[in-house]
Amino acid sequence: MSQNINVALIGNPNTGKTSVFNQLTGLNQQVGNYPGITVEKKLGFCKLPNNFKANILDLPGTYSLNASSIDENVVIELLLNKNDKLFPDVAVVVTDVENLKRNLLLFTQIKDLEIPTILVINMTDRMKAKGISLDIPYLEEQLKTKIVLVSTRKGVGIEELKNTIVDYKNLSTEPCLNASSIDRAYFDKLQQAFPNQLLYKLWLVITQDVYFLNLERKEIPSEFTKSHSELKRLQQKETIKRYQFINDTLKIGQKIDTANATDLRAKLDKILTHKIFGYAIFFGILLLIFQSIFDWSSVPMEFIDSTFANLANYTKNHLPAGEFTNLLSEGIIPGIGGIVIFIPQIAFLFLFISVLEESGYMSRVVFLMDKIMRRYGLSGKSVVPLISGTACAIPAIMSARNIENWKERLITMLVTPFITCSARLPVYAILIALIIPEKRILGVFSLQGVTLMILYLLGFGMAIFSAFLLNKYLKLKTKSYFVVEMPTYKLPLFKNVAINVVEKTKSFVFGAGKIILALSVILWFLGSHGPAKGFDNAESLVIKKVKAENRLDDLEYLNDQISSHKLENSYIGIIGKSIEPVIRPLGYDWKIGIAVVSSFAAREVFVGTLATIYSVGSHGDEERTIKNRMAAEVHADGRKVFNFATGVSLLLFYAFAMQCISTLAIVKKETNSWKWPLVQLIFMSGFAYLTALLAYQLLK
Amino acid sequence: MITTVDVLPIGTKAVITEVDLEKIPLKLLEMGCLPGNDLEILHIAPLGDPIYLNVNNGSFLAIRKESAHEIKVEIL
Repeated sequence: MSQNINVALIGNPNTGKTSVFNQLTGLNQQVGNYPGITVEKKLGFCKLPNNFKANILDLPGTYSLNASSIDENVVIELLLNKNDKLFPDVAVVVTDVENLKRNLLLFTQIKDLEIPTILVINMTDRMKAKGISLDIPYLEEQLKTKIVLVSTRKGVGIEELKNTIVDYKNLSTEPCLNASSIDRAYFDKLQQAFPNQLLYKLWLVITQDVYFLNLERKEIPSEFTKSHSELKRLQQKETIKRYQFINDTLKIGQKIDTANATDLRAKLDKILTHKIFGYAIFFGILLLIFQSIFDWSSVPMEFIDSTFANLANYTKNHLPAGEFTNLLSEGIIPGIGGIVIFIPQIAFLFLFISVLEESGYMSRVVFLMDKIMRRYGLSGKSVVPLISGTACAIPAIMSARNIENWKERLITMLVTPFITCSARLPVYAILIALIIPEKRILGVFSLQGVTLMILYLLGFGMAIFSAFLLNKYLKLKTKSYFVVEMPTYKLPLFKNVAINVVEKTKSFVFGAGKIILALSVILWFLGSHGPAKGFDNAESLVIKKVKAENRLDDLEYLNDQISSHKLENSYIGIIGKSIEPVIRPLGYDWKIGIAVVSSFAAREVFVGTLATIYSVGSHGDEERTIKNRMAAEVHADGRKVFNFATGVSLLLFYAFAMQCISTLAIVKKETNSWKWPLVQLIFMSGFAYLTALLAYQLLK
Repeated sequence: MITTVDVLPIGTKAVITEVDLEKIPLKLLEMGCLPGNDLEILHIAPLGDPIYLNVNNGSFLAIRKESAHEIKVEIL
């Protein structure tokens, strides 16, 4: 019979914990969220010897059990809750052989919880280059644990780790040091009051700042609570005590022969944080990222585009005609296509970000940019969200979580949606093609390309400018502090990068995808149905009209006339007409109005909506046909609908408006209030309306 | 000589003597910024801030000047 055990992987960031996870589980993992919060929950499965099976939980990286963020809080909540169905039978603490001293701090805390614990010392392939040797038996004895030497890079030690996990019942659950000696009297009294509770657990409950196990804290009588500064003094004493133990243990158990050490760190740091080369290299990398998003992605994107167009066409022609076929070919297939088309860009972006983070370079960028960003109320760590924002604001806003200072983090989250995300690209692309001539400036730069670039700079400029304003006027009392670990440079592991890109892309596609798909179905319904009057007898009405024009032979013309008549009388047409007074000053007619309104769920819907509205069938080369249709649209008085003024007004509106429900939802989750997403919605969209109004009125 | 970390030039090695607990977060202590531990200034960012340190022989961190100001050290 097989036996199921729970294994929790715990460790500092940058110890290769996730590599160990990937080695153990392969692709047999599922990524979700912890209920109610957006912290990623990575659970994997692994077959072990002797018919054992393990659920392996990759907990968020943490430096200690004193949580200072929701990610870290997840770790403590699990480790203190014996009733959790993932409560570990065995904890595996992953450490980096080059950073044992600091990594062991967390280990000693885990040991105090009296959970069977295995110590994995990772990156042992670097021991030789760094001149490190370890006395394993001595360390095992002092730390009261089993040690497994692992090199995920070379695939060494994983089998041994599996065997050690199976043998978990023989692991010691004894703490390796007595931390309560820092205040004997206090801890004795505490233990007397709660004889059945683990002392360290009580201490953790007393000291945590973060939203924490309310129920347990209430049970602790007030005589045991201490003032903030008193607690902190004790925590410092505790930390010193732990470090003393670790330093003493490593003095005997670890030998470092620096004569053998080659220092790549010093050499690379000298170049990468250099006052000229450092910035030059960073901007070079940024250019490369943008190149990949705009240029390299276009090939697979065009392929996806035409594939879905063909599929829709095929479905329409080969399935029996009817509501269901229409739903499929006009609603669902284009809807899915609208999501899938973003995969190349998103994947490229995550590829770059994951390589930059895995290699250790990202911390150097944070280091270089911090002072500059701070001028605008941001942090060096805001660089990652701002770059990610060029693909999608949702993962970008989540990546702001490692900014310690709340004000800087909040400002980062608030301004990130100004960055031109990939959903704006198709909108920009079609509008630019419509209103900017295909000319070259100085014979080199394409005018259309320059316009696109200006729009990107505009988004970035607005982000920085509003950050500056928010910093000035937002009165928030926060403790300002900043610390970033500067990890060792490493060649990124292919497997880690690949899994990361796949997982992140998947969660984007399924997260944002649901909304886009649902919306395209709703849009299709609203566009193809209407109140009986004027809608149901559209055909006879139009035929009558076309007969009068004497063009009944022109079948295409007839069909177009029928569908546009239907659209005008459909639910969506009615909605569009009713909002027309509001958007007319911006130069939009009711059809554009519908596209703008539906874009409030997700911007990329704009092109699709216009495609539906102009009843353009999917003729393969879809964009051109939509574009031609749009170019041919005229107002009743014969003026072009998509003239220069309207085009600029639309571009500005899309550059600034907050048109993404998913982003609002994620900001609500991350800030824990509706206040900030509402501020974003009102401020951004109000600003967009004003600039679009101004632009149209000046240019028309 | 007793001074604070924010004024040290690149390459200085020192021992931490005192940390202002009101102003320094626990996380920094846990990363090694504790009285008695060694530190070395590795780099200072081009605009003079943040400061890149090697604390306790192997904990590599960058902190801002304002935090560095709260860490007292004795130069070795």
